[in-house]
Amino acid sequence: MDMSSGFSLLSIRPIVPELTMICTALILLLLDLIVKKKEVVAVVGIAGTLVALYGTLRLYGFSEPLTVFSDMFVLDGYSNFFRLIFYLNVILTICISLRYMVIEKASFGEYYALLIFATTGMMIMASASDLIVLYLGLELMALSTYILAGMMRKQPRSNEAALKYFFLGAFSSAFFLYGISLTYGLTGTTNLKDIAASLQTLNITGNPMVLLGLIFMIVAFGFKIALAPFHMWAPDVYEGAPTSVTAFMSVGPKAAGFAVLGRVLFSAFGAMQIQWDSILIPLAVITMATGSIIALAQTNIKRMLAYSSIAHAGYMLLGIIAGTPGGLASTANYLMIYAIMNIGAFAVVIMLRREGFQGENLDDYMGLAKSHPVASALMLVFMFALTGIPPTAGFIGKFYVFMEVIDAGYTYLAVIAVVFSVISAFFYLRVVMYMYMRDPREEVALATSPSMNFALAVTAVMILVIGVFPSVLLDLVKFSIPGLL
Amino acid sequence: MPGTYIPSDYLPVLITFLLAAAIGMGALVVGILLRPRRPYAQKLTPYESGNPPVGEPRYRFSVKFYIVAMLFVVFDVEAVFLYPWAVAYDKLGIFGFVEMMLFIFILLIGYVYVWKKGAFEWE
Repeated sequence: MDMSSGFSLLSIRPIVPELTMICTALILLLLDLIVKKKEVVAVVGIAGTLVALYGTLRLYGFSEPLTVFSDMFVLDGYSNFFRLIFYLNVILTICISLRYMVIEKASFGEYYALLIFATTGMMIMASASDLIVLYLGLELMALSTYILAGMMRKQPRSNEAALKYFFLGAFSSAFFLYGISLTYGLTGTTNLKDIAASLQTLNITGNPMVLLGLIFMIVAFGFKIALAPFHMWAPDVYEGAPTSVTAFMSVGPKAAGFAVLGRVLFSAFGAMQIQWDSILIPLAVITMATGSIIALAQTNIKRMLAYSSIAHAGYMLLGIIAGTPGGLASTANYLMIYAIMNIGAFAVVIMLRREGFQGENLDDYMGLAKSHPVASALMLVFMFALTGIPPTAGFIGKFYVFMEVIDAGYTYLAVIAVVFSVISAFFYLRVVMYMYMRDPREEVALATSPSMNFALAVTAVMILVIGVFPSVLLDLVKFSIPGLL
Repeated sequence: MPGTYIPSDYLPVLITFLLAAAIGMGALVVGILLRPRRPYAQKLTPYESGNPPVGEPRYRFSVKFYIVAMLFVVFDVEAVFLYPWAVAYDKLGIFGFVEMMLFIFILLIGYVYVWKKGAFEWE
């Protein structure tokens, strides 16, 4: 690399959104020292994210991927699409957490800075075309989310969540690094494209050590996206963390994990698809089964949604297993829809939390429809969407994934997924049943705020619009991810 | 030919290893031979940075120590990156300069942040 002459401002254009996000986070840290009102910090955070979004939209639609830093960082339609998920995630999370963090007495300015830092890490992950840069983004995301999970520092539950997440996350990072070192030792490079080339020229795609390296990496990514049997942390962490953080990390790290899983598998290990399919297929089946079945027994809604997010990871994995451009696009599409409906559901959970009332138990939803018809109707939409009932977006997400996996010849996987979808309908619709068909036990007041209303309106409208006019999203996905990486 | 590679380029490293070991051992051996021996209990206890060496292993100490340790890491890492940059300065040119100034600036923001948060006040 010629560093003295190869540098110009134009060459760093692909990372302008990341730079914007990092500057925003630093400004938030300093702003928090000057300004007393946390709303100001939150609004500046949203504004910074919108600037980054503008940058991404300006960079959207280049036919050739843009690379920077000696091919270690690549900006293509794939990473751009995932960025849209990350922006949506962070903006909606800030909207739903404003009042909630005050109620939890954990309203710190650092909270918003950490959300932005974590999002930057996800963006770097989605764009990494080198394993070292990938690790850098992964740690930036992970370290920020560990702290976010423990944000309610006076509550033992939150501390426990942060500690569990940290320890298991550190383990998974170690797995990832071990996988990198094995791969590097055998191929002599950490660049994804060069790994693919090395596997071909050295003819070592059948080498058990290469497979071991790949398995280690799948374990690490499986942890981040909560695939069974690496899902054990998810229910405890999701329950203990502040609910807004749960919403954030049930979407963001999962989307980032899928982004890197897709890129590493297709870009570096594309020649070993038979091998990694034989690993991912059992994982997908176990994940769908674990998530759907254990969720049946949950009475805490945050734990229930945790198992639900595990089950959804199983459905999303089907698109990767299909191994086609359409399959990859269907997983990305599912992630976008999942982001919208999951944050919406958590927003309703957050509304039930108020001073001196936890509002996390299923019983708290009894008869909610009588006292709060609008909130109940919204929850109904989100639960229908998570189940995958038309005309909600959840149906479109599942339909597209199942279609692609059938096209790729795995009809039995689609059948298994449909069976578990039906099982999961029980615990989603149970919430609806509690709201509409039980008598209220006590009067429940909702903690609403304008930003919360905004987030609920946006998510509900998007779910219905995508559900009725799926081409809005599908065209964007197909435009962004036209082929394999 | 596999199996016959002798890394002769590393011979100086091996000699340095041996020399370092010899000097270290030699100093201890010479010390044993020359020094007067007047042992007593206080002298024979292991030195643990001034703390009593025997006691409850899980006693609590102030979280402030961690903050000091983290601040140390920040400036330590900064110094670690400054040295190679300074050595390769003429090759990196203006690119390296801008890059390094950005790096220091980001650390500076962290410094301002911890200062204002009161990390330097012990009480």
